[in-house]
Amino acid sequence: MSDTYYDLMRRQGISRRSFLKFCSLTAASLGLGAGGAEAIAQAMQTKTRTPVIWLHGLECTCCTESFIRSAHPLAKDVVLSMLSLDYDDTLMAAAGHQAEQALEDTIKKYKGNYILAVEGNPPLADDGVYCIPGGKPFVEKLRRVAKDAKAIVSWGSCASWGCVQAAKPNPTQATPVHKVITDKPIIKVPGCPPIAEVMTGVVTYILTFDRLPDLDAQGRPKMFYSQRVHDKCYRRPHFDAGQFVEKFDDAGARMGYCLYKVGCKGPVTYNACSTVRWNEGLSFPIQSGHGCIGCSEDGFWDKGSFYDHLTTIKVPGIAGAEGTADKIGLTVLAAAGAAVAAHAAVTAIKQARSTGRNDKVSEVEK
Amino acid sequence: MQVDHVTGRVEGGPLVDTYVYEAPVRLWHWVTMLCVMALGVTGYLIGAPLPSIGGEAVDSFFFGWIRMIHETSGWVLAIAFLVRIYWAFVGNRSSRALFIVPFWSGKWWAGLFGDIRYYLFLKKHGDLWVGHNPLAQFAMFSMFMLGAVVLILTGFGLFAQQYPWGTTWMNLFGWVTVLLGEPQAVRTVHHVAMYYMLLFALIHTYMVFREDITRGSTVISTMINGIRMFKREPGA
Repeated sequence: MSDTYYDLMRRQGISRRSFLKFCSLTAASLGLGAGGAEAIAQAMQTKTRTPVIWLHGLECTCCTESFIRSAHPLAKDVVLSMLSLDYDDTLMAAAGHQAEQALEDTIKKYKGNYILAVEGNPPLADDGVYCIPGGKPFVEKLRRVAKDAKAIVSWGSCASWGCVQAAKPNPTQATPVHKVITDKPIIKVPGCPPIAEVMTGVVTYILTFDRLPDLDAQGRPKMFYSQRVHDKCYRRPHFDAGQFVEKFDDAGARMGYCLYKVGCKGPVTYNACSTVRWNEGLSFPIQSGHGCIGCSEDGFWDKGSFYDHLTTIKVPGIAGAEGTADKIGLTVLAAAGAAVAAHAAVTAIKQARSTGRNDKVSEVEK
Repeated sequence: MQVDHVTGRVEGGPLVDTYVYEAPVRLWHWVTMLCVMALGVTGYLIGAPLPSIGGEAVDSFFFGWIRMIHETSGWVLAIAFLVRIYWAFVGNRSSRALFIVPFWSGKWWAGLFGDIRYYLFLKKHGDLWVGHNPLAQFAMFSMFMLGAVVLILTGFGLFAQQYPWGTTWMNLFGWVTVLLGEPQAVRTVHHVAMYYMLLFALIHTYMVFREDITRGSTVISTMINGIRMFKREPGA
């Protein structure tokens, strides 16, 4: 459980001699002076793998499903060699009391030093009874484990934003992690699920550099979430040209035109799908002919149809009245136009009934 | 001619043609009008694109040009708006009417309700004003001015989204996206605000023609030469 990197390298068949050579070469290439090689060897022989506790709240396990399909690096290398996944109730061999014991041990042993990865979120309604792992509300477990964590990784849209269980009207009051735990650094890795390589990439970064990656203003790692799907989409030239799929069975769809008009949310979604892609870089939704549904953005379930790129808005004050901005706006404009016409008509009648406006003008053209 | 210095209401005395809208205000008005027209048409087309055009993508930049016209007009509108704010500091009373509504003035409220009754045909004659009447001023402030601020800020918020987080534009306007929660919300607010502005444009256009034809002072030509000419006494 507390293997050092040196132990790991030995286990992978690397000799002590090769290990020391590696340290010397690294020190030389980094331009370190005498003693540099020794310092590196010392660090690698004493630094233990970072312990990780992976909790599952209200979720569908799609994040884990995605994670175990990572190709670069392979998920097995991450789990078996890079980090010390001390507790993950879905992936671990232990079960029941044994598993809960492992959790307690890890919290005690690595107090303040472990990373907490959260998949899913806690429902807060009715004291959290809507998610009970191990006989206790998940929110209690989350708070207890988070208390001694070094940092928290919010896996997926559930932990980052709330996702489907937090969609309106959110009966269980499912709440994203950052609204429950407010005193720890939190990295959001949204997506439903997040891309496998993005997940392992974030973990690798934290382990390699022993610090958190640069985050944007909404707490997502900049290296994967700084650009919209639209900005690197291979169908972008069709967007700029004005060539759109109008229907899923038309000629444009066969020619691979832009999916904007059939509801693609690529222009409003920050994610790496169009660059990293999925399943070892094989494809991603837009490449498969379906628009992006914006799964890594907050509240994507509450924006109306996945097949309309405009949000469905409820008209305040009128029950059941809803539509896109275009539908509502054009209706209001038409009503205002009718009102203006009526007002103009009344004005004209009033004007005609008065004594004739030109009487009041001092001089009239003859 | 006696004029109330807060509201601009003509209160008596012989009527005198008055210089109301200074040259920068007039120039700003027409520049903004052209921008709003261009922005409204291109903005609608960005939300509801025309049917696809044929040929190879490499030969066409049609949708790109629509967006280019939209963004350029937006820049012109925003810069003109900044210049207009500057002019409110150095210009005359009417140049500030767009930004400062005299809510504290009882006369202004009396004028507002008088206007409302007049436009509902409950009162036969409206008052004469140098500059905007209170109802017009309230519409300029709440519909045009606040609408323009929302449109400009969300517009730059959307403009910035083309650039990655951490770049200059996102550092300057990324807060719009953060404030509204996520990028689609910025788009929706921008879109709804467009209809708010078009609603203003519709009413405004109707009103200036109506005023110019039926009332006692010039309106449209005032925005061309700056001079408010009175055609007849108040109450006539």
